[in-house]
Amino acid sequence: MSRIVIEKRTFSVLRWVVIALLVVVTVFPFYYMLELSFVPIEKLLLHPDRLWVPLQDLTTQTYIKVLKSEDNGGQGFGHFMLNSAMVAIATAFLTLAVAIPGAYAVARLKFFARRQISALFLAVYLFPVIIIAIPLFVGFSAIGLRESLVGLVIVYIAQTIPVSIHMLRSYLRTIPVSIEEAAMMDGASRTRILTKITIPLAMPTIVSTGLYVFMIAWNEFLFALLFLTANRDLWTVSLGLSQLSNGIEVSKTILMAGSVLLTVPIIVLYAFAERALTEGLTSGADKG
Amino acid sequence: MVLPTTVIILAVIIVPVLWNLILAFQSTDFTTIASNGIFNPLTFENFAGVLTDAGFWGSLGTTVVYSITSTIGSIAVGLIAGLAFRKPFRGRGIARSLMLLPYVAPVVAVAFVWQIMLNPQFGIVNSLGTGILGWAHPIDFLGKAPFALMTVIAFEIWRYFPFAFLFITAALLGLPKDVEEAALVDGVTPLQNFRYVVFPQLLPVIALLSVLRLIMTFNKFDDIFLLTGGGAGTEVSAVRVYDQLLGSFDIGGAAANAFVLSAILAISLFVYVRFFASKGDED
Repeated sequence: MSRIVIEKRTFSVLRWVVIALLVVVTVFPFYYMLELSFVPIEKLLLHPDRLWVPLQDLTTQTYIKVLKSEDNGGQGFGHFMLNSAMVAIATAFLTLAVAIPGAYAVARLKFFARRQISALFLAVYLFPVIIIAIPLFVGFSAIGLRESLVGLVIVYIAQTIPVSIHMLRSYLRTIPVSIEEAAMMDGASRTRILTKITIPLAMPTIVSTGLYVFMIAWNEFLFALLFLTANRDLWTVSLGLSQLSNGIEVSKTILMAGSVLLTVPIIVLYAFAERALTEGLTSGADKG
Repeated sequence: MVLPTTVIILAVIIVPVLWNLILAFQSTDFTTIASNGIFNPLTFENFAGVLTDAGFWGSLGTTVVYSITSTIGSIAVGLIAGLAFRKPFRGRGIARSLMLLPYVAPVVAVAFVWQIMLNPQFGIVNSLGTGILGWAHPIDFLGKAPFALMTVIAFEIWRYFPFAFLFITAALLGLPKDVEEAALVDGVTPLQNFRYVVFPQLLPVIALLSVLRLIMTFNKFDDIFLLTGGGAGTEVSAVRVYDQLLGSFDIGGAAANAFVLSAILAISLFVYVRFFASKGDED
């Protein structure tokens, strides 16, 4: 047998081993999360090695306990979810409102130093988030914005603008300029072209960019930790889960229900926007 | 039209970065900032403090090990995944979407699941390890010195190989078919095909990924803070800055530490781009 045949056979087997392994490794933690979220803590301590839980051991009490407000003996995750949703929705809309004109300008108009502006956006990622966290912590404390959801939204907008502009710009570039020029010939103003032609054409990308921003804001942890730790009423789901998991008062399987509640909205959104997201993020990657 | 964008980036990113620089040259805490604003006397104390502190160099070493190994690891796994998924098969679309879950899922949720999975008392890994693999004792993956750093690196690879996978898959799709077809006609083996035909064409995207991932992991805070809190030999620089800021309220020290970090990062990137990236272009 020649080397080619041997290698081909080896790789055709190896390939399936790799695929199976990767799927198990990526999916298992999520399966485990879901499994434990329906199990009372006593059962987990009794059988820590179970990969499958018999039906009679399952319970939905964990979800009820984690969602109920603190006054009713729960953990208040219902309220945390509301906070997270408000912050994430506000961030998504406001970021789009700022990023759409910005991306349009970067994609179309020949103004000064377009390259430098792109470089500036990239440079934003270069600074450790912690480096802007220190002055923002001090500054927002001084003007009373720190312990508020508004302060959080402002920071999230600034953090998501660069990636939004990147995603929108690469799509806007694919819309032929001739369409806009034709409209201009008919006497349409720049604003009118933007609102009547460009934005409707780019709607799918705008929606997926908005969903991506929502996901970033929903998942964010550091600034929620820095700004809101002292005030439980303002906690987001991420912050609530991390704060409660440090203690020993709340049982781990109840918190597991909390982490399912934190994860499910993201997975649902991801299912809707996957294609657009993956294409938007990697556009230009093949050019290096 | 870029005005709103510029204003927000300026107010929430650029001004804070500059302010951080000023703070780094002042001996400040919350009371002096409240009374004097930004006009506190300037000093080099903080930088001297940072550079002579063994803790700083220790955390810098941990950060370098952490960011380089997890960058290489996540790109290697992403590359293997990209190649394995290259030829179509039934269910490839779904498998590919599942592959991206660790990357999109909330970090707090997945870090919590890992903590529970690795728990020495009731975690599945230890109970299977002692029960089936015959480990003598449960391993404290997140609380003991060599294991903790290895675990946070493994977590980082797990969470970010999908990112590399995504980029490499896109690059593989863009490869011209005729080159490989010609090579196959000439009778190359699959390994030779990878080594001499596919891999060289992937180098640009791998270089891009290395830079992006190095920047991201060098500044990483959430993942380590959530998994170990920076204990058991996992105190990376970002966690250290956080502890300085909120543990000891040493604003000036934290600012100086953060500034030194981004200076180191900026210099290494500059060197990289200057000497390696430009060479790649000429080839």
